[in-house]
Amino acid sequence: MRNRFDKQLDMLNDSLIEMGTMCEEAISIASLSLFKKDFGAQVSVTSLESEIYQKEREIESLCLKLFIEQQPVARDLRQISATLKIITDMKRIGNQATNISDISSSLNDFDYNRCKKIQNMVLAVSEMLKTSIDSYISKNLKLAESVIASDDIVDKLFIEIKSDLINFISKEPNQAENAIDLLMICKYLEKIGDHAENIARWIEFYITGEHKGEDL
Amino acid sequence: MNVFSIENMNLWYGESHALKDINLDIEEKSITALIGPSGCGKSTFIKSLNRMNDLIPNVKIEGNIKYKGHDIYSPDVDVNELRREIGMVFQKPNPFPMSIYDNVAYGPRTHGIRSKAMLDEIVEKSLQNAAIWDEVKDRLKKSALGLSGGQQQRLCIARALAVEPRVLLMDEPTSALDPISTAKVEELAVELKNNYSIIMVTHNMQQAARISDYTAFFFLGELIEMSNTDLLFSKPSDKRTEDYITGRFG
Repeated sequence: MRNRFDKQLDMLNDSLIEMGTMCEEAISIASLSLFKKDFGAQVSVTSLESEIYQKEREIESLCLKLFIEQQPVARDLRQISATLKIITDMKRIGNQATNISDISSSLNDFDYNRCKKIQNMVLAVSEMLKTSIDSYISKNLKLAESVIASDDIVDKLFIEIKSDLINFISKEPNQAENAIDLLMICKYLEKIGDHAENIARWIEFYITGEHKGEDL
Repeated sequence: MNVFSIENMNLWYGESHALKDINLDIEEKSITALIGPSGCGKSTFIKSLNRMNDLIPNVKIEGNIKYKGHDIYSPDVDVNELRREIGMVFQKPNPFPMSIYDNVAYGPRTHGIRSKAMLDEIVEKSLQNAAIWDEVKDRLKKSALGLSGGQQQRLCIARALAVEPRVLLMDEPTSALDPISTAKVEELAVELKNNYSIIMVTHNMQQAARISDYTAFFFLGELIEMSNTDLLFSKPSDKRTEDYITGRFG
């Protein structure tokens, strides 16, 4: 009876998962450029950012088309409106990954063994994004809630790293520029955590019909 | 404040149990939309509210239908007076084969108003309230049958308003109209709810979402769910409502 609409919703679903996977890849490449000094990665992440942007436009067009053609209500309405919100957060994750990669290329002569907490932060935000996509695929409210809770861990890591870097600058003032770059990288990571949290909140809305976000 | 309170209402057409244990309140000066697949009982329900079902043989009704706190099926109720207070507009515009003026003046005349000045006033006010005055003021003596479908429907609304009802029952009032006429009737309904309580049966889900304050979903003679319209169309609480409004059945 509504085969065509169901197919369109499946297409929307697949495109969103694809965009999420692209964002996961962008974070992964950005971390390569940070920790492995793989400067080829910078080119890849920039190109990926452009693909993410294209994907956002494509999904946005499909959402608008569905609003016009199908005038969705109930769960359909929630899926399409949540998707429209989620793709904005995903696009920004792509931006932040590119920013991380850009700054990484200017870091030099730095002892990356000191960056264990930053590595933990990368792992934490990657996991948040991955889990949010998993929660979308499986419509699993518990997974979405776990992503929201994880943001506190990322925020705590950021505060700790900031404090470590302040101490580091006072001991090694000649490394101040690198330390500030690292702080910016951590801020971008922290923002990625926020976007993953937003995504999880919209998935929560899609499943329950209630949005508990702080931004409403 | 509620204009109607319906408690444990059941209705049978002979052996057929058409409405089952209906309980709902209808708030005054609001638009309540009744939705549901064909044969679900919504038209039967709306016709019970001004006792139009009295005209159908073998109808049995149980339970309470209270209008402003008074049971409309109690023996002391004057059905003509009840239908004056609770007017009805039907799916197909049904102007009488007479002039536009006489269509609107018909009700007040049957209620004993003879003064031409008073009738003129009622006709003008009713046509204005039904947002059709400007279109017909120069042809009041012409036949109502010469009007377009949308104009005829608004004339029928004016005719219903002429006897100063409190409630307007509308049974799919725009299903026979083109989009522009539909928009005019919808705008009119939103305007009228400032002074009247409107209960509208509609098959058009977008219409219910656009103009109603509350929506009730009927299915197989049962009231499945009634809530604030925004809530019902974004987060229905019953799966049957969800499946119906998203087009999975019906």
